[in-house]
Order: sequence, then structure tokens, then C-alpha cells
Amino acid sequence: MGIYCDHNATAPVRPEVVDRMLPFLREAFGNASSVHAAGSRARCAVEEARASVAALVGATPAEITFTSGGTESNNLALFGLISPETSNCIVTTPIEHASIREPIAVLHERGVAVEQLAVDTWGRITAVSEHVLQPPAIFSVGWANNEVGTIQPIAQIAAACRQAGHLLHVDAVQAAGKIPVSVDGIDVLSLSGHKLGGPQGVGALFVRRAVTLRPQLLGGAQERGRRAGTENVPAIVGFGAACRLAAAELGGYMESCLAMREELWQRLTGGLAGVHRNSPLGTTCLPNTLNVSFGGVRGEALVAALDLDGVAVSSGSACAAGAGAPSHVLEAMGRSSDAARDGIRFSFGRGNTTEQVERIAALTIAAVARIRAVRGSGDDA
Amino acid sequence: MKALVSQSFAARRGERVVVGMSGGVDSSVAAAMLVEAGYDVVGISMRLWGGDSDGGCCSLDDFLDARCVATHLGIPFYVMDFRDAFEAHVVRPFVAEYLQGRTPNPCTRCNQFVKFASFWDRARELGAQWVATGHYARVRRDAQSGAAELWCAVDDAKDQSYYLFAMRPDVLAWTLFPLGDSKKDEVRVRARQLGLPVADKPDSQEICFAPDRNYAAFVDRWAGRPSPSGAIVDETGEVVGRHAGVHRFTVGQRRGLGLSHGEPLYVTAIDATTQTVRVGPRSSTVAAGLVANRVNWLCAAPVAAGTRLRLKIRSRFAPCDVTLEEATREHFVVRAEAGLSAVTPGQAAVLYDGERVMGGGWIEQALACPA
Repeated sequence: MGIYCDHNATAPVRPEVVDRMLPFLREAFGNASSVHAAGSRARCAVEEARASVAALVGATPAEITFTSGGTESNNLALFGLISPETSNCIVTTPIEHASIREPIAVLHERGVAVEQLAVDTWGRITAVSEHVLQPPAIFSVGWANNEVGTIQPIAQIAAACRQAGHLLHVDAVQAAGKIPVSVDGIDVLSLSGHKLGGPQGVGALFVRRAVTLRPQLLGGAQERGRRAGTENVPAIVGFGAACRLAAAELGGYMESCLAMREELWQRLTGGLAGVHRNSPLGTTCLPNTLNVSFGGVRGEALVAALDLDGVAVSSGSACAAGAGAPSHVLEAMGRSSDAARDGIRFSFGRGNTTEQVERIAALTIAAVARIRAVRGSGDDA
Repeated sequence: MKALVSQSFAARRGERVVVGMSGGVDSSVAAAMLVEAGYDVVGISMRLWGGDSDGGCCSLDDFLDARCVATHLGIPFYVMDFRDAFEAHVVRPFVAEYLQGRTPNPCTRCNQFVKFASFWDRARELGAQWVATGHYARVRRDAQSGAAELWCAVDDAKDQSYYLFAMRPDVLAWTLFPLGDSKKDEVRVRARQLGLPVADKPDSQEICFAPDRNYAAFVDRWAGRPSPSGAIVDETGEVVGRHAGVHRFTVGQRRGLGLSHGEPLYVTAIDATTQTVRVGPRSSTVAAGLVANRVNWLCAAPVAAGTRLRLKIRSRFAPCDVTLEEATREHFVVRAEAGLSAVTPGQAAVLYDGERVMGGGWIEQALACPA
């Protein structure tokens, strides 16, 4: 039986969630906008899920818009908030997910100014308050980084934005369900279902009541006109159920993930030389994420070697074709281009156990040693 | 008499074999045959060239085909990046050779430096000792010593042993060529029987990184500077035309010279130091023999001078009888009783004893026929 240690890519759908979803794939198939009984049942389920999602992040249900996932949420936030005619500047970081970087690149081509906040060697934003801009700028920042797990000082950023009159969009796709997330001081916040035990293909965007957002999908009044299209009822129901579970279990989840993360780190550094930690220490990192470069070891080789041994991890740099390019996140954190290409991400989740951590460590140590022997180099770091 | 065992499946059942999968018919059937032989097969597509959205070689479509075949066969599959090695050992030398007035052979260099070097390293990183590809060639192993020999494929028309002469002997010993005993049409039949989704895919022919066959334009793009023009000179030393760069020519070429002349003229030599292309009648393209260097012997020691062997100087070239005049670790000189047509510096000269590849080298110069 394999070991799954790639929960930042996607997490298994929790059985309770599947149970909640199944009726809406079978007898309760109604369109949530229909007036008949089948429609009403679907509508009630969608609204119950909306309340659960809102509760996870301290929002009100009316502020939650369902989308097809984190990528759509980020696109909707950026294209919906920013129009080249009215916005003078976007402020972001060099370590954001492609679903933030690419929309911002398009907006930049259309004439919107873009400023990058500097990050330190752990990926943490170093200075917000010193940033002087003509408001209203729009900040777009990931709460927690998908590749290395770095958590940004969102409360400070939110306070600085509020003081200066900037709008703040936060991508909480990796943070929600892994650490406490609240929309306090945040104007727009992106969420995803499948990172926290829900199904793939559903996400949400929190939009604070006073904030105006231009819809990007037109053709229906669903989601208060913010996002046209028949709601994906089974997925939304599953997302809501996953949010309820995540909220209830957050404390225990964080504690056990943190213990596994540090146990793995201890074992790897105990068994190997030339192990470089890319993820920050302590609570400035997601409790479940450990990104490591092994000197002299190609990331794609180690990912494949571990997969053959039944351990699923990923190389942060994996591109669509599955062949490696340097990670823009690790490069922005000042890692060498080799280390940036070769970062391995272990990301734990609910299914993992201490015994599995021991096995992951032993298999990783063996694979790294074998790869280094082939390369004829011990530690070339 | 040495005992040579059948060789296409020399690994033991259960041993891990990493097979290069291009998404084409040959490597797909090779992978299937390895699975049938009971090995622990891992498929890898080598990303050699190109960006995410390029067509042609290494396109996402090719990888997708390979991935679907691997799924069909129930084997693990990965795409691995070898672009750095490919550019350094294949593409840049390809450009440099053309600019030096030589005609490069990138497929052989790819086999030498990427497929049976970096790729073999990657296989061992994945815990395999064995690599396999869909090449048409055979490896035979001495039952006593285990020493590996490279032999022609059973299918003459598809034989690719010419491109494999530069393989390191120690890698050859760990290489499997499952298709070496098969005919191409049998391979297609196998692909259909296996229900492989790529059974009817056409063969690839051209150089993978320049699929439009416009090598001159490719060299121009990569040279980073305009190519010097030069003179086309006939055998009397008279300038009979101009050309736009020596990389546009190869020895033996007749077309595209832009000359009007009574009898057909062929390129007989290219001198990149003076940017001169020499032309002459067909008879002037015939050499008495050749000198090859950077030799790789696939036999225990260099073959003794005076030995009669067979020689190939192009992939589509009927082997001709030659006598080895000199042979050291690094170079050899051969003479052909019947002469050699269009000896092309930069191409491989591969020596065969019957169907066995004894070694080969890179053509340095032609030996002139006695006047």
C-alpha cells in the first residue's frame, strides 16, 4: 500500500464528504435555481454549504461566491477587482501561484503597474509599511505558499493596507484548513475545496460586502450575479462538509502534522549530509509542508524513485509536461538554480501516520544515497 | 567457438528495466515485450528539446502517447528532462560541425552522450541496472565472460547498429534491444495485437530537433552570426560560383549548387578555413579509403591491421569490403578495393565483421584515389 505525502497538490476526499455528496449525484440531482422541490433541495444544500465555508473563515454566507476552484477564484478576484482604467497599481510577491502571476502579467500588459514586494530567504515578505504608494493599490498575496509552506504576516499586511486605503486580496487556497484563517481586514479571499478534503472542481471567493467585483462569467443570476452558471451542487455540498470537518479538527490536525514534519526533518538530517531546508521553521511555515533540496540529487529523479517505492511526493517545479524547470519560488528565495530545480516537497495530511514518516525517511535516505552514488558525488552542495 | 546466448532478454525475470518511450510504435512494442518477459519495467520519455507548446519532437502529444501506452501496459511512467545534455552534446556540436564544413551525425551523438549515458545514469538512479530502447539492433553476450557485442538487427531495412557504434561497452552490457530479432512489419502487427493506441503512427525519419529538414536555416539561427560567403571552385581552381555558407553543403551533394555546367558537378570537398566549396565530376567523389578518429572499439582490442572487414559510412549504405590499414585505440585507416563514394567528414565510419559491429570512428578525411 502506497504512502501519499502530497497533500498540497490535492488531498483525498474524506469518506464523510463522499457520503454527503452522493445523494446529489443520484436522486437529489436538482438544479439549485429551479422552483420545484428538487430545485429547493439543491438550493438548501448549497446554502448550507455556503454557511459552512463562511464559518471556516469568519465571513457571512452572503460574502461567499462559489467557483470552480482556486484558480478561478484568483482570476475572478484579479480581473474582477482591477480594471486598467481605474486601478493604478497591483502589489504582489515573486512567489505567488501561477493563477495569480499570470492574470497579473496580463493586467500589466494592459497598462496596470505592478510592484513586487521583496521576500527573504524563507519567502517571507520583509517590508510592507515602508511601501509607499498612491492608494488605491490592490495587494494580492498568498497566505501560505504552496511549494515551501511559508506563511505571510497577513494581519500586518492587512493593517498596513487598511491604513493606506489599499484593497487586499489574499490567496488562502493552501492556508485554509491547515492553519486558522480569518477574513479580518481582508477584502477578497480565495479558497479551494480539494486542498482540505473536499472534491476537486470547486472553490470559493470571499468578497467583503462593500467591495464591488465585476463578474467574469456572464449568463445567469447565480451567485448573486458574481458568477453565472449552474452551481456544481454535489461538489459544493462536499466542499461545505469538508470545511465543517476541517474547522472542527484544526487543532489536532496542526499538532499531528507539525510533529510528522519535524520528525521527517530530524530523520533526513540524521541520515544524510547535504540536506537543505527550503521551508521555514516553526510556525512561520504550514505545519504539513517540508520542502528540501538534497545536494547533487535531481528533483525529478528522486520523485520518480520514491514513486517506484510507493511514496507520492512532488518536486515543486513540476511543469505540465512533468519535466523540471527551476522553481520561481525557490529562485525568489535566493536558492541556486540547481537547488531551485531540485526542491522536493513533502506535504502531510490526515491519513499519514508516524510509522509512515519513518518509512518515508528510510526510503528517501536510501534513494538519495543511491542517486548520489550514481552521480559519483557525495555532497556537492 | 564462443557460446553466444540470445540476447534481447538477458535480464532475469523481476529485474528492473528502464525503457525509453518516445510515444512511437517501436519503443511502445519494445516496452510491451519487456513486460511480457516478466521484467519490472519503468517507462521514461526523454525530454530532449523544445518548449511546452512546440510541435515536432518532444511535444506534449508525444509524451501523452507514451503515457497512454504505459498506462495500457500497467507500468510506471515518467517524463525526464535531458535538455541540457542534449543541447551540449548534440545540438551545439551539430551547429559547430556544419560551420567547420563537416556533416554531423546527431543521432549517434545522442545515443553516445544522452541515451546511453545520462539516461542510463537516470535508470540507475531509479534502482535499475538495465536500460532498453526500441532500436533495431542486437546485443549478444559471451556466456563465459559476459562481454557484450553489438550486432545488426535481423531486419536489414531497419537496422540501426550504425548509429550505436559509439556506445560505451560497459553500458552496452546492460542494454536490451527487444526489437533486434523482429521485422518492422511484425512490430506493427504486435502493436495492433496488443491494442496499443499508437499502432498506426507513422515512423519518424528526420532529425528530431529540425523537423522541417532545413538544417541550414537551423544552423543560421544558432550560429548567432551571419555565415561567411565563399567561392565554389572547380578542379582546375577556377571560381565557378558563389555560396552563402559552407554549412549549406555536404560532400557528394549535387543539387542546390546553383551552377550551370555541361556535366553534373558534385561537391568533392569543403574547406571551412577559406570558405571554399570544391566541385568536380562524379568520378572525383570516389575515394580510395578514409581516416577515422575518435574511435570506439566494441571488441576487446583494436582489430589487427590487414584484417578484411565491412564498412558503412552512411546509414543507408550497403556495406562495402575494406582492408584495415592501420588501427590504434584512437584512429583507423581503411582502404576499399572498389573505392568509396562521397566520404563525408563528420559522418560515422562503422566497421563490421559479418553482422557484428567491431567499432567505428568519425570520418576525418578521405584518401585520394591514385591519379
